Amino acid sequence: MKPLQKQSRRDFLRIAAAALFGGAAWWIARRRSPRMVWQIDPEKCTQCGRCATHCVLPVSAVKCFHSYSMCGYCDLCGGYLRPDAHGRNTGAENQLCPTAAIRRKFIEDPYYQYTIDEKLCIGCGKCVKGCGLFGNGSLYLQVKHDLCVNCSECAIARACPSDAFKLVPASDPYLLKSNQEERIS
Amino acid sequence: MISDFRFPISDWMGTRFLCFFAAILFIATPAQAEFRFPMPEFETGYQHPPVYTPGPSNAMVGWDIVVLFAALTLAAIFVLKRRKRREIFLLTLFSLIYFGFWRNGCVCAVGSLQNIAAGLCDSSYGVPLTVVIFFTAPLIFALLFGRVFCAAVCPLGAVQEAVAVRPVKVPPAVEKGLSIVPVIYLGLALLSVATGSGFIICQYDPFVGFFRMGASFSLLVFGFFMLLTGIFVARPYCRFLCPYGVLLNGCSKLSRYHATITPSDCIQCGLCSDACPYNAINGPTPAAAPESRKKGAYRLGLLILLTPLMIALGGGIGGLLKEPLSRMNPTVRLAERIAGEELGRYTTTTIETDAFRASDTPNETLYAEAVAIKEKFRTGGMGLGAFIGLMIACRLIAVSILRKRTGYEPDRGTCLSCGRCFKYCPVKSRCAESQPSGEHDQND
Repeated sequence: MKPLQKQSRRDFLRIAAAALFGGAAWWIARRRSPRMVWQIDPEKCTQCGRCATHCVLPVSAVKCFHSYSMCGYCDLCGGYLRPDAHGRNTGAENQLCPTAAIRRKFIEDPYYQYTIDEKLCIGCGKCVKGCGLFGNGSLYLQVKHDLCVNCSECAIARACPSDAFKLVPASDPYLLKSNQEERIS
Repeated sequence: MISDFRFPISDWMGTRFLCFFAAILFIATPAQAEFRFPMPEFETGYQHPPVYTPGPSNAMVGWDIVVLFAALTLAAIFVLKRRKRREIFLLTLFSLIYFGFWRNGCVCAVGSLQNIAAGLCDSSYGVPLTVVIFFTAPLIFALLFGRVFCAAVCPLGAVQEAVAVRPVKVPPAVEKGLSIVPVIYLGLALLSVATGSGFIICQYDPFVGFFRMGASFSLLVFGFFMLLTGIFVARPYCRFLCPYGVLLNGCSKLSRYHATITPSDCIQCGLCSDACPYNAINGPTPAAAPESRKKGAYRLGLLILLTPLMIALGGGIGGLLKEPLSRMNPTVRLAERIAGEELGRYTTTTIETDAFRASDTPNETLYAEAVAIKEKFRTGGMGLGAFIGLMIACRLIAVSILRKRTGYEPDRGTCLSCGRCFKYCPVKSRCAESQPSGEHDQND
């Protein structure tokens, strides 16, 4: 009789444990929370440069985005040229971007288009800072979701000094600065 | 030619450009208040390019769940039915490659307990279904089949299993003593989540850096040190740190089925006990009781009486540790740093304090927030201390109860179902013995 009693106590405890964990799981799962992904709020970002260094990926999943509809297409671009640049041209010594990821293209006098070469961009935010200080602030940082591995707790979010990282629904995973942009995905 | 366009920093800030800025601002202000430079109207019909906004890939998420269940089921079959160490080890290597190197070690069951805790603390925190399943499935399997998840599915366990080539025995007393560390780690992790101070299990995961081929230097050193230790002390993380292992340990104690060392009856040779690197095999009860029943009962009664005292003591100590514990929280750290800078204790500022000052939040708001968080740490710390006190008391009670065993049995809680002991057992299963002889009869 004794082994049977012991067995039934264990059975009871097992069912209780299963109910506890199952109940907790059900209670959380029934919220049907959509899949969430990390994104940078451009309004909060202070361009500290940690996006480039704290991502778990060898090259950060954070890239510079350009809101063309906000851009002034300036010749004297605070995001493209170093403050101590010797000339307004594509010379490497004049470029603010450490990896030369910004392409400058002449459109019409006196306007230039700036595009980001995503393969070269490391997400350091130097250009974002420059554009925000001297320009319209059309450059900003965003997490590129084709690159991001979406860690449970984003390593950059942990290091972000301005609390700019937040979870957004995966169905609308970008916080673009302007809603006048045409999007392709 | 270039000299015409020179604009050193003094020039940039110089009068010429200031006038230009001012003029632009003046003209631009009525029309478009937010832009310094109005958007040009192009004469050449220029259209700006679209923004490339790729969505997150959903393809692998469903597969992760499928692979998790398949691996858990296979592990259960290998451990309980087929009893082959080689097969278990091959599945371990598969899990290392799939969940570790291919899926970069995230999401893992160990870390998912933090998401679940966050979801329980904060009803607005969204926990995806994948994470819920990664948390629940290994526990349910542990309730049914023992720690088959640890045996062959967990990528953190797998990387340690792969390097455990020359395991030595840790003295059982040291093993028992250190086994309280995961409980403390679990308590700290839950406290950290409950106070919104981040996911420390993920933050101090020693092996995820290897899976992702990159981590901070100190974490890589820690991971390397753990693997080096793991050559001799098999699975150091699983045994002496893993917080999820505490839950699995408890579930596995209640398991419906569990791996057995011998397929038949134990002949008490003790070979399996020598083969187990985890001190997870309990020997038969000695024929002569080590002490009188009265003495044992007296000590047990004393321990049970001491339990509330230990809980209270733990709670008290935890409450006193409010200050150091609260430094886990980034807001508290920031507030202390800001206060220090205001008092002139530091000569430099940090990125955090610079960003805080740029946000124009008054210091008082931050201080109030930090004080509120510290209060949370007082109650949280008391809860943590009480929990640790309770767990220590439970451990003491568990070791002071003499359990009757007639042979060598795996300890259901600490056995990781790795299967090393199977081949060391000289007893062959009855069906394995009868099968060849049956064939033999037919051939005759």
